[in-house]
Amino acid sequence: MAQTVIKVENLGVRFNMSEQKVDDLKDFVIKKIKGKIKYKEFWALKDITFSVEKGERVGIVGLNGAGKSTLLKVIAGVLKATEGSVVTRGNVIPLLELGAGFDKQYTGAENIYLYGAVLGYSRQFMKSKFDEIVEFSELGDFINVPVKNYSSGMKARLGFSIATVTKADILILDEVLSVGDAKFKRKSEAKIKTLFEDGTTVLFVSHNLAQVKKLCDKALLIDHGRMIAYGNVEDIAAIYEERTGE
Amino acid sequence: MHRLLSNFTKYRFLLKELVKKDIKLKYRNSILGIVWTLLEPLLTMIVLTIVFTVVLERERPSIDFPVYVLVGRLLYGFFSSGTRLALKSVRNHSSMIRKVYVPKYIYPLATSLSSFVTFLISLIVLVAVAAVRNIQPTFHLFEAVIPIVALLLLTTGVGLVLATLDVFFRDLEYLWGVIMMMIMYTSAIFYETDKFFTDGGWKMWLFKLNPLYAIITNFRNSIFGEAPDVFFTVYSLGFGVAAMLIGVILFYKKQDEFILYI
Repeated sequence: MAQTVIKVENLGVRFNMSEQKVDDLKDFVIKKIKGKIKYKEFWALKDITFSVEKGERVGIVGLNGAGKSTLLKVIAGVLKATEGSVVTRGNVIPLLELGAGFDKQYTGAENIYLYGAVLGYSRQFMKSKFDEIVEFSELGDFINVPVKNYSSGMKARLGFSIATVTKADILILDEVLSVGDAKFKRKSEAKIKTLFEDGTTVLFVSHNLAQVKKLCDKALLIDHGRMIAYGNVEDIAAIYEERTGE
Repeated sequence: MHRLLSNFTKYRFLLKELVKKDIKLKYRNSILGIVWTLLEPLLTMIVLTIVFTVVLERERPSIDFPVYVLVGRLLYGFFSSGTRLALKSVRNHSSMIRKVYVPKYIYPLATSLSSFVTFLISLIVLVAVAAVRNIQPTFHLFEAVIPIVALLLLTTGVGLVLATLDVFFRDLEYLWGVIMMMIMYTSAIFYETDKFFTDGGWKMWLFKLNPLYAIITNFRNSIFGEAPDVFFTVYSLGFGVAAMLIGVILFYKKQDEFILYI
């Protein structure tokens, strides 16, 4: 029997948007005295309920501002739900904005250990994977150069290599299939395919419907924070196309 | 509680890596590297000693001035760098916090600990200077543990409070700089306070209420072979525990909102 690895129930996320940006003490005190801080409530997500079984690949589709990234953030555990619950089983590896978490002054090699620790891996474990990461990233001698001297492509390649060196139970992808140059792109796509075949559960966010159809077997359509439909990828794609008038 | 502990075990590698990173990066690209940790307080001590005993000609027969200054400088230095680093710790890791789940207290905790490690290394200077100045160690030296524990608690607790507030108020850094200056002058790093205490006036309370002054005084006592002051011991430990409690509670209450502001 299939095992449920992600269970989202009645999820709601509310943001308090202050109408004017207050981010220093001086402004805060002045406006508090004048009674000028007003908040506007805004539900980025509301009443989202779905579950994902082990090994399923789910595409999350919707227009800009629909709440796709917010949903991923809640599932990744960086954003707290205002109401409802999200339960995930196993380790979640996000492949989002690769390399953004690197320390610029650190060399590539040092960042491998740092990023590994962020994902919860010991130094010893990362050491055993070190050569594999360096080889896959194709950085060669650049691995001993501070990351601040890397091109964005190099950073993304290193980030991708670290994040995919271990088998994740749940992989979160945000249109990162375009990493580096054409050659590396092919290689990373092949790597992702092997991860897929390993029975990894995947959440994939994309605007590109064709890509979602190619990679996913299920899809979730959200619009303005509400869930519109969840089910077979072909059905959802049809609904989405109809709504957007494509 | 159990969940908290298992979470901590998972991320202890990260704590270690972050502490290491702080220390490594602090002296990267400088030829002398970690030697600066020793050289900087030593040079400060020499400058202050020359200014106060040679230029201003203030004789202090009762104490060994270089050691007196050095202790104040080292303890204040730990508190100052520890809190300053902690203040920025959450915002400095904003790109990480936005993407990957990590228990967020790891960041301010790592900065306090890295400053603490640097502080412990710099104590080598104190040992060397005390030896040169022929200060005989007594059993009171062991009592130096009390102010060190109080200082670690105080620095970490205040660091947690600052890290939390800085997420919401970006100008806190400048305000804290001014507050640190006030704390420095009421810590009596390079002058003696006997005059104020024998007078018994209101000025005495400027020092008595500053927990850092209490900590520095007790540390000096242990070096100069005197018993710790009871009031200062209770006050500094109590203040440290209170700062820690307030820091932890504030941080936990606010940490889920961090991502909306950083």
